[in-house]
Amino acid sequence: MTNTPSHNSDTQRRVLDVKDLSVVFGTGPNQVQAVKSLNLHVDRGETLAIVGESGSGKSVTSLALMRLIEFGGGTITNGEILFHRAQEETVDVRRAPEAVMRSMRGKDLSMIFQEPMTSLNPVFTVGSQITEAIVLHQRCDLNQANAVAIRILDQVRIPDAAAMMKRYPHELSGGMRQRVMIAMALSCQPSVLIADEPTTALDVTIQAQILQLIAELQKEMDMGVIFITHDMGVVAEIADRVMVMRRGEVVEENDVFNLFAVPQHIYTKTLLAAVPKLGSMRGISQPTRFDLPMQEDQAHARLASERAIKHSAQSKDGTIDSPVILGVRDLVTRFDIRGGIFSRVQRRVHAVEQVSFDLHEGETLSLVGESGCGKTTTGRSLMGLTKVSGGQVVFEGVPVNLAQAHSLKSLRRNMQFVFQDPFASLNPRMRVGECIAEPMVIQGLASGAEASRRVAALMERVGLDPSTVQRWPHEFSGGQRQRICIARALSVNPKVLIADEAVSALDVSIRAQIVNLLIDLQDDLGISYLFISHDMAVVERVSHRVAVMYLGQIVEIGPRQAIFESPQHPYTKKLMAAVPIADPLFRRQHKLEVSEIPSPVRGVGEKPLVAPLVRVGEGHFVATHQVGGLY
Amino acid sequence: MTRAFKFLRRYPTIAVGGTLLFLLILMAIFAPWIADKDPMALSPVHRARVPSERFWFGTDLLGRDVFARVVYGARISLIVGFTVAFLSAVIGTIIGLTSGFVRWIDAIVMRVMDGLMSIPTILLAIALIALTRASLENVIIAITIAEVPRVVRLVRGLALSLREQPYVEAAIAAGASPFRVVFKHIFPNTVAALTVQTTYICGLAILAEASLSFIGAGVPPSIPSWGNIMAEGRALWQIKPHMIAFPALFLSITILAINMLGDGLRDAIDPRMAKRI
Repeated sequence: MTNTPSHNSDTQRRVLDVKDLSVVFGTGPNQVQAVKSLNLHVDRGETLAIVGESGSGKSVTSLALMRLIEFGGGTITNGEILFHRAQEETVDVRRAPEAVMRSMRGKDLSMIFQEPMTSLNPVFTVGSQITEAIVLHQRCDLNQANAVAIRILDQVRIPDAAAMMKRYPHELSGGMRQRVMIAMALSCQPSVLIADEPTTALDVTIQAQILQLIAELQKEMDMGVIFITHDMGVVAEIADRVMVMRRGEVVEENDVFNLFAVPQHIYTKTLLAAVPKLGSMRGISQPTRFDLPMQEDQAHARLASERAIKHSAQSKDGTIDSPVILGVRDLVTRFDIRGGIFSRVQRRVHAVEQVSFDLHEGETLSLVGESGCGKTTTGRSLMGLTKVSGGQVVFEGVPVNLAQAHSLKSLRRNMQFVFQDPFASLNPRMRVGECIAEPMVIQGLASGAEASRRVAALMERVGLDPSTVQRWPHEFSGGQRQRICIARALSVNPKVLIADEAVSALDVSIRAQIVNLLIDLQDDLGISYLFISHDMAVVERVSHRVAVMYLGQIVEIGPRQAIFESPQHPYTKKLMAAVPIADPLFRRQHKLEVSEIPSPVRGVGEKPLVAPLVRVGEGHFVATHQVGGLY
Repeated sequence: MTRAFKFLRRYPTIAVGGTLLFLLILMAIFAPWIADKDPMALSPVHRARVPSERFWFGTDLLGRDVFARVVYGARISLIVGFTVAFLSAVIGTIIGLTSGFVRWIDAIVMRVMDGLMSIPTILLAIALIALTRASLENVIIAITIAEVPRVVRLVRGLALSLREQPYVEAAIAAGASPFRVVFKHIFPNTVAALTVQTTYICGLAILAEASLSFIGAGVPPSIPSWGNIMAEGRALWQIKPHMIAFPALFLSITILAINMLGDGLRDAIDPRMAKRI
């Protein structure tokens, strides 16, 4: 809801009018229509969010608005893109000469990209990259440009802006780079800022900072913002109006409050249902499936109804009373950083620092935290994929030596791993059936006809068509591939499954399906999950218990309800506060701050402070010592 | 049938390169039937003739029929090319995979390979030939030693990056032995790059043999090879260019055919590309 000052009529506020825009890629029979007759408009000071899953045409739309689409091989076949420039003149972006476009890009229309790691040129300093646009568009000399650049870096709340000018992109963290990108985009005070998934690659606490920053700058500069995202939480947080896209078409467009309150189109409903809402699980102690209006497939629906009967019988007994299946005590993993001529150990990354937890039978324990907190390393250490530096692991009461080959092999028979990237975790030269069967063949559990029978059963179990067993992995979509990976992990009938960001790379609706699958499998097979994720809202859905990691240590561990409803540790509180809630009625005012996660790299012999956690409630423990100097 | 046809239509470079190479191989095998004259028969009366109906490619300084010599010369070139390519691929893959996986071996092997790579192929081959005597086997061994480091570097580099792939880790997490990881997950994913590299090595080896024979350090003069045919024509190349032109033409066609085949195979061998057939 923008407060349009009364003396400004609507037509004067309007900066961008797009009518009947169509974009195609390729020619002849291979032609793909990426965007179909799309209409949109943006006013000054307004935020339009374009939401959709991968392939919906949202990024193509944004590139078409800048007329950058031609560089990607696309053609605008129809429609007009009217841009009202500051001097009362109107330019049709589709037909404007390239020289006019060049003068507009960066000056009137500016863009921020998703990947702050790659959208800055690594061989130039931050300063020279920002001044480039300023010199180009404002016709001033380098000294003036430098002054402007420092001012704009100040404006994006970068501490010590003058020193930042001389630094190279690799010296900065992801959040800082994204600030620099925003500074570059805003250096010429554009009327429209297009932000293409600007926070997707960032941690939640950093995301909250960046979103807040964009909102404040928008107010200061009176810009129109087109915000492209797949994250409904982010939409709810910042948008005024929302456009939902699917397969190149707008399926619904509405005011943000109305869209979230009464979604019209079934796709919007599915999308909203698939978005885990932080806080939506209040008062519920058990993991709960997503209720998806667009049904996934028939086998799945049938299984869901079968399970409903089973689930009602099971849900009464609390799982935490079940016996401990995996006990971890004081797990330490450090990586050596070598240097010098004799490659001596100079410093160490303290990735995992004395982590202890118990995983019970049939329970999901989530490890949450931001990048670099050691959650992934913990999972990898337990699988023996990373060499541990110390600690004990007990599996079903039997101590496991992670450094011993045969001890590891038997552990791997009972414990399996699902990776984040479903595209990289299947061997492109093995057929799907072979991939799924591999662990059981290696473990000598089945071979030949028995193995193929079990593969077919597994494929059916995870919702794949068993007749596709002879296909190659690349023939499947991301969600299907993740199902294949889960089937592969299940092929040895493991008791514990470590899921490392297993749903993070998937589109929301697919993510919800995979989460449902994981919950179903747990109900049916009684598997325990160690669920590693940075996504608090998904974690709230799937877990029984949650452990929050920060700088290699667990700072808080306890039942999910306790952690989410009464977080005790300051870092947990900050993490919770940073997660965008997919409901525009719950917008919070963040305090704008610039804080970074400290580095876990320490000198040789330097020991971090680790103290036992303090009990604050039933199975709920919190760190009270200082971790990393901040908390 | 239609599948094969579709395949060749999709990869015209394979069709053209493969056909040319196939014809060259046929020519080498059936040399005695294709060339009606003995490539070694001296005929001083017909020295240095230009191409005519009787001598298609003319004759050399000793009156030998250049056509017959070029046809027989294909045997040497192709034998050298294929044998060197095969040997260096096998040896290079074994060394490359080992050094990609065993750290202490890697340090030693790669320094040796760096050393070998720093010496030009021809120079290394000449040095090796000089230590022994000129024979077909020695030429093959010399060129193979010079080419192995290329394969080792390629395979080792691929192995180092592939072993970080999640699917390799997934296999390790499933309990796969290092042996299984290497042969089931790493090696098959190096085949595409290896095939291309091998075809280039085949081409390079043919060139290297021709160069060695040209400077007299290759196969003995008693065996006709494109290199030594050209060497014999060198003295008169400005007035009788045919003595060099014909073997050179065949050399170029052979290498072109092999490189085209290699490029086509690289695209075709990747299962991600194959789905559109």
